Amino acid sequence: MTTHPTTPAETVRHRGHSTVPRSAAMLIMGVCTVYFLLPLWWLFVGATKNREQFTGTSPLWFADFHLADNIRELIAYRDGVFLRWTLNSVVYTGGAALLGTLLAAMCGYALAKYRFPGRELIFNVVLSGVLVPATALALPLFLIFSQVQATNTFWAVFLPSLVNPFGVYLARVYATAGVPDGLLEAARIDGSGEIRTFFTISARLMSPALVTIFLFHFVAVWNNFLLPLIMLSDERLFPVTLGLYSWNTQIAQVPELRGMVIVGSLISIAPLAVAFLLLQRFWRTGISTGAVK
Amino acid sequence: MTQVATHPPQAEPAVPVERAGPARRGRHRYARAVAVFVAPFAILFLLFYVVPIGYAVVQSLYVVQRTGTYGPAQEVFGGLAQYRLVFSDGPFWASVGRMLAFGAVQVPIMLGIALALALLLDSGLVTGRRFFRLAFFVPYAVPGVVAAIMWGFLYSPNLSPLKPITSAVDLLSADTVLWSIANVVTWVYVGYNMLIIYSALMSIPTEMYEAARLDGAGRLRIAWSIKIPLVMPAIVLTTVFSIIGTLQLLSEPQVFRSFSSAVSSTYTPNMTVFSMSAIPNFNLAAAFSVVLALTTFVLSFAFLKATQRKGIQ
Repeated sequence: MTTHPTTPAETVRHRGHSTVPRSAAMLIMGVCTVYFLLPLWWLFVGATKNREQFTGTSPLWFADFHLADNIRELIAYRDGVFLRWTLNSVVYTGGAALLGTLLAAMCGYALAKYRFPGRELIFNVVLSGVLVPATALALPLFLIFSQVQATNTFWAVFLPSLVNPFGVYLARVYATAGVPDGLLEAARIDGSGEIRTFFTISARLMSPALVTIFLFHFVAVWNNFLLPLIMLSDERLFPVTLGLYSWNTQIAQVPELRGMVIVGSLISIAPLAVAFLLLQRFWRTGISTGAVK
Repeated sequence: MTQVATHPPQAEPAVPVERAGPARRGRHRYARAVAVFVAPFAILFLLFYVVPIGYAVVQSLYVVQRTGTYGPAQEVFGGLAQYRLVFSDGPFWASVGRMLAFGAVQVPIMLGIALALALLLDSGLVTGRRFFRLAFFVPYAVPGVVAAIMWGFLYSPNLSPLKPITSAVDLLSADTVLWSIANVVTWVYVGYNMLIIYSALMSIPTEMYEAARLDGAGRLRIAWSIKIPLVMPAIVLTTVFSIIGTLQLLSEPQVFRSFSSAVSSTYTPNMTVFSMSAIPNFNLAAAFSVVLALTTFVLSFAFLKATQRKGIQ
């Protein structure tokens, strides 16, 4: 039996030998695709139905297409609180990921490209930070923020979200591999300051890495549920996940919320899914560097 | 950020590259640059990682005392009193045991599927690899809360498209709900772990297989004897992250409380911590946080050491 082609071109050579393993492999792929995509299909179909159709018609196929109406209803509900949550999510996650990526990149870059006392210490402390679960920090953070009476504020969620130790680790790996020392020397000889060199040359060389760090960070903040859950009581500060969660807990009392939760869930997934699809090239390079090096 | 302007003590002693080559005279410039690069992250890391941990440790050593029944509450040093409470707290240890059982079953299944799918994608047997890779990865874009809400509906007998299953088995009963939650976690993370392992497989040079192929080794043999050992670091990495994730489990079971009465407010360790913050008994909650962080850290670290491979470094 011939084995292991790694490029599509090579695959062609091996055709014909192995129809049985090939069909078995494709069957497994097909079953897994159904498993991974069916729930999302169900959500999409469900979001296009009105309330009677949701329970009355086949859950996996369309009835009348009410998606636009449902979205309008969702947005209008309680003075547009859902839009507010979406906006909050964008600011919490987008803002924290952008700023956090810059901070992690600068720190990782310095750890890779300069020798200074305490360098190893800082790196090891940051690396063990990767192993500390973010949720174990949520309660202590809550205690500290309540000392300064800052719980239930935007900053209570935003500031802790800026810190991303794994980003520092990735940035160090990338800077070591991707930014040649010779180039930095050349920049120095040309009279460029270190900080200017970072922003004009190094950051550009590291840009695929920066996108990866940004994505990882984005997902981490997006998924951090305990911190906003503990910190926030004012509904207007909620991120969209916490908002949907709170609606979901009220479905028993307010049945009309069920439709809102379904449509809201679909909307909350869409932007991230699209971003993933567009940026998947960066995911792959980033993941392989993180895992292999 | 404004922190850049201030000079933090821990970044001050920064000294230039020892073998700086031609640019030796620029020593102090480098020190400043290093401070500017490191300080913003270091300050935030100190404030929102190191200080909270320290603060939790300190808080966990205090107890609240009242003089008389209605006297003012006063915090006094209580040594390890809170930890005695933690260690004698039945529901908490039940939840830890639940998570260990969950992890012992769910992590191998999830990583097994991820590894199998990665090997299949890499085997050359599959056409349309790009599509499958994406299809498996999409669930990772779904936040845990939303995934749990979605699956919660799918498990509910009156709404589910899985009627043949949900009418035969109650997926939300006390016996089954833990594994129903395990399915949600698996669904979200298989694709992500598969991508990590697959990327590691892609980075193996093809020449590695040539010799084995000439010796007559088949696909399975090559996968078992060459590919899996070579991607071991990636598998270790995903295992560590999965262990951390399991002990942190919160959003999925918290959401499932709306779907199943079998999920109590202390179902997972993190839910216990959360319910403490609502009571509130901060000193005890701090002790819970410390124990939980330590347990996670020790478990992940022990796993890294035990495998004797540099999965992270």
